[in-house]
Amino acid sequence: MTEPLIYDLSSPGRKGVSLPAVDVPETALPEGLVRKELPLPEVAENDVVRHFMRLSQLNYSVDTGFYPLGSCTMKYNPKVNEDMARLPGFALTHPLQDPDTAQGNLALMYALQDWLMEIGGFAAVSLQPAAGAHGELTGILIIRAYHQDRGDKERKKILIPDSAHGTNPASTTMSGMDVIEIPSDARGNIDLDELKKHCDERVAGLMLTNPNTLGLFEENVQEVIGLVHGCGGLIYGDGANMNALLGVVRPGDLGIDVLHYNLHKTFSTPHGGGGPGSGPVGVAEKLVDFLPDPVVGIVDEGDEDKPPLYGFITPVKSIGRVKAFHGHFGVILRAYTYMRMLGKSGLRAVSDYAVLNANYLLAKLRDTYKVPFDRICMHEFVAEGQWDDAPDIHALDIAKRLMDYGFHPPTNYFPLIVPEALMIEPTETESKESLDAFIEAMLAIAKEAREDPDILKSAPHKTLFGRMDEVKAARQLVLCCRPLYLDKPDNK
Amino acid sequence: MTYIPHTDKDRQEMLAVVGVDGLDDLYEAIPENVRFPDLNLPDPISEMEVTQELQALSEANLEVFHTSCFLGAGAYNHFIPSVVDHTLRRNEFYTAYTPYQPEISQGTLQAIFEYQSLMVQLTGMDVSNASHYDGATALAEAVILALNHHRGKRNKIVISPAIHPHYRQVVRTYTQGMGLTIAGDEKYETEPKDLVKMLDEDTALVAVQYPDFFGNITDLSALGEAAHASGALFCVVVNPLALGMLVPPGDFGADIVVGDGQPLGISLSYGGPTVGIFTTKDKYVRKMAGRLVGETVDNRGQRGYVLTLTPREQHIRRDKATSNICTNQGLMALASAVYLSVMGKQGLRKVAELCYHKAHYTAERIDALKGFTLWNTHPFFHEFVVKCPRPVAEINERLLEWDILGGYDLGQEYPDLKDHMLIAVTEVIAKAEIDDLVAALEEVSND
Repeated sequence: MTEPLIYDLSSPGRKGVSLPAVDVPETALPEGLVRKELPLPEVAENDVVRHFMRLSQLNYSVDTGFYPLGSCTMKYNPKVNEDMARLPGFALTHPLQDPDTAQGNLALMYALQDWLMEIGGFAAVSLQPAAGAHGELTGILIIRAYHQDRGDKERKKILIPDSAHGTNPASTTMSGMDVIEIPSDARGNIDLDELKKHCDERVAGLMLTNPNTLGLFEENVQEVIGLVHGCGGLIYGDGANMNALLGVVRPGDLGIDVLHYNLHKTFSTPHGGGGPGSGPVGVAEKLVDFLPDPVVGIVDEGDEDKPPLYGFITPVKSIGRVKAFHGHFGVILRAYTYMRMLGKSGLRAVSDYAVLNANYLLAKLRDTYKVPFDRICMHEFVAEGQWDDAPDIHALDIAKRLMDYGFHPPTNYFPLIVPEALMIEPTETESKESLDAFIEAMLAIAKEAREDPDILKSAPHKTLFGRMDEVKAARQLVLCCRPLYLDKPDNK
Repeated sequence: MTYIPHTDKDRQEMLAVVGVDGLDDLYEAIPENVRFPDLNLPDPISEMEVTQELQALSEANLEVFHTSCFLGAGAYNHFIPSVVDHTLRRNEFYTAYTPYQPEISQGTLQAIFEYQSLMVQLTGMDVSNASHYDGATALAEAVILALNHHRGKRNKIVISPAIHPHYRQVVRTYTQGMGLTIAGDEKYETEPKDLVKMLDEDTALVAVQYPDFFGNITDLSALGEAAHASGALFCVVVNPLALGMLVPPGDFGADIVVGDGQPLGISLSYGGPTVGIFTTKDKYVRKMAGRLVGETVDNRGQRGYVLTLTPREQHIRRDKATSNICTNQGLMALASAVYLSVMGKQGLRKVAELCYHKAHYTAERIDALKGFTLWNTHPFFHEFVVKCPRPVAEINERLLEWDILGGYDLGQEYPDLKDHMLIAVTEVIAKAEIDDLVAALEEVSND
């Protein structure tokens, strides 16, 4: 089933596109600055269409089937969002045109900032960060700037629970701060005694994922936040799991000072095969002045006859720009469409049914798969993909076997604190029927693990491709249409 | 309920299985004092109503189809062949996640591998990653690569003032906690040859833009040689579309090439999402941040692709990772790959030349106008600067009456370049529109 590379379809002299003739007098090309070779493919439009069409057919996607990938919130991506993002009045606007001529865009961004503030319980929101990890970096830089501004320059410790996503420690290091890992207790919460040991005058903040990556709401959340605030630190909230909290609890009300949202998880914008996402950041009152430059504000209130005039505003102590222009406007627009349609009651229902679906799966699977921290979960839960009586089977085998049953596997081997983790997040957009089909497959696989383990070890069988040789990929690097010779003398 | 398929019967049955009476009972772990806030949000509306509302909102904007757009400055109005968006609309591409399960993600993986290959060929480098958020963040990642390469022993970077102002701002934001000295962009008139003098044994990286922010194309090989002589890495920020015509940075010694892929088949969309290009030499591949797709075989002997060298990344290395980057810009990288495929060798060259000729014709016509002077002294690509007889904002306001979106007011970011307009001309601008611009500028300068 291998599809040739686009370069393999090339034939000298073939063209894929028709372009107009030059309608102005020509100018001599700059001497010595013109390239001799342009090694691009030469293919017809039809070749391009068929090639990428065939490639698309090698993908599993939300629109193909159930995708219970934990921590990724693979919910249905509404089609109307796609159409709205392509309206010429939005898609053909230039980021540097006078804001007075882009009032539609600014009104939309202002409203989305406002809704995210309301949902998160924050005083202001920036839409600039391009993704969740980008929002994290922004948030940590804001925390750093806050302490610096107060002359509190020794605060360099960021406390991070051991269940946190890897981006948390990486963002911290990038911002020049030090990572201190805090272990979890037997119920999957942050260990309070351990936390206390680290709460001192050098703490800049704590990064909290809540619900945590086990899918559990931190039972000690108020004590944790109290301890950190008590020693002068701030709380960063990783909003990756906001799908459980819409209209249920506002992170700002819990005392979280800064949080990133993932529009591509919670607010239905598509994941695009790994981006583009969007990671807006919300902040409490005391951090408003530090937000990235710029935010959308009202520059003229207007009156009965005149609508308000929106414009870009630079926060007075801004950490600076985190991205060119104004964020992923096309993604922001999709999230706006979704939130506008769902409204207050619809957004609350999102969380209710996301949590119901997760608990339904948990209830049906807990007798077959060990669930290490077993209590009512939020929008996802983590099970172990291993059994004492099937010693050769790993989470990976279960994941691969699920493909044969027509499902995308759950996230595996994350969070790191659960052995052989299978992290399952169904989202609210799946029906009871699709959950039941998944349960049936999971139970069948557990049975196969004992009776016919080889069928798991060698899975998948029904997909167009089998397991890949990842060791070969890393050892003999081929990263483009020619091999890479890492042992070449000038590459040492 | 919108997008939620549950019937009342489903809900009742499922609650019973879970063992709770109602949906509210699922949230007992949440402190009662903050549970169920009454949110001030609008009520739901239907799909039909939302399309009407958004259509109206979109019509409150001026857009480039009904105007002649001479505004560029890092975002360009180019022709996008239909096949690009038709590919992006394939559900299997846009509703998939990161290809962590290669058996069922070969579409995304091979498309990214092809994107990497196309970027390598376009920039003349050895390797490309799967992309960054945009050109600005790609430049920031280049700075971080250089600092890691020197293992913290070099703490200065030299950047040209003719790099996009937003890009330079993002570099400063990213590095504010790193104790770095940033030099070179204090004065707008500093040229690449002046940057040579600023290189020393503490310089980790020197970065320039090509064509630069003012449109200039200059021979950068001397700067590259000087950078290497001082032990610094040499980074070139490119407009990838210009590379359809210009000598690629790989040919004049670049160690890292970054840029924004927006000109390659990505709609303006008010500045995002786009794609951040990042290519480098073989020897830096393990220090490069971001995802990478590599070729391998599956257990049936078929050629296939996987994400590779993941031990560099944050989910494994955590606080020791080279970057916190997690995602790439998968769908936007796909757009660029489709665009470059359909444009091909001849098409991309032709688009670049159309831009070049039209921009030069425009510059010549405006330079002949009383009160306007062409500022560039180097060859330029599709963008150039004119000194105007009046403030740029005033001129642009008048141009709107002619349905012309005027150029970028350089005084906003370069105070010494007050009354200087940066004008971009792409292939979509017809000669008649250029002639209109010239007539309008003449009229505006006379009143």
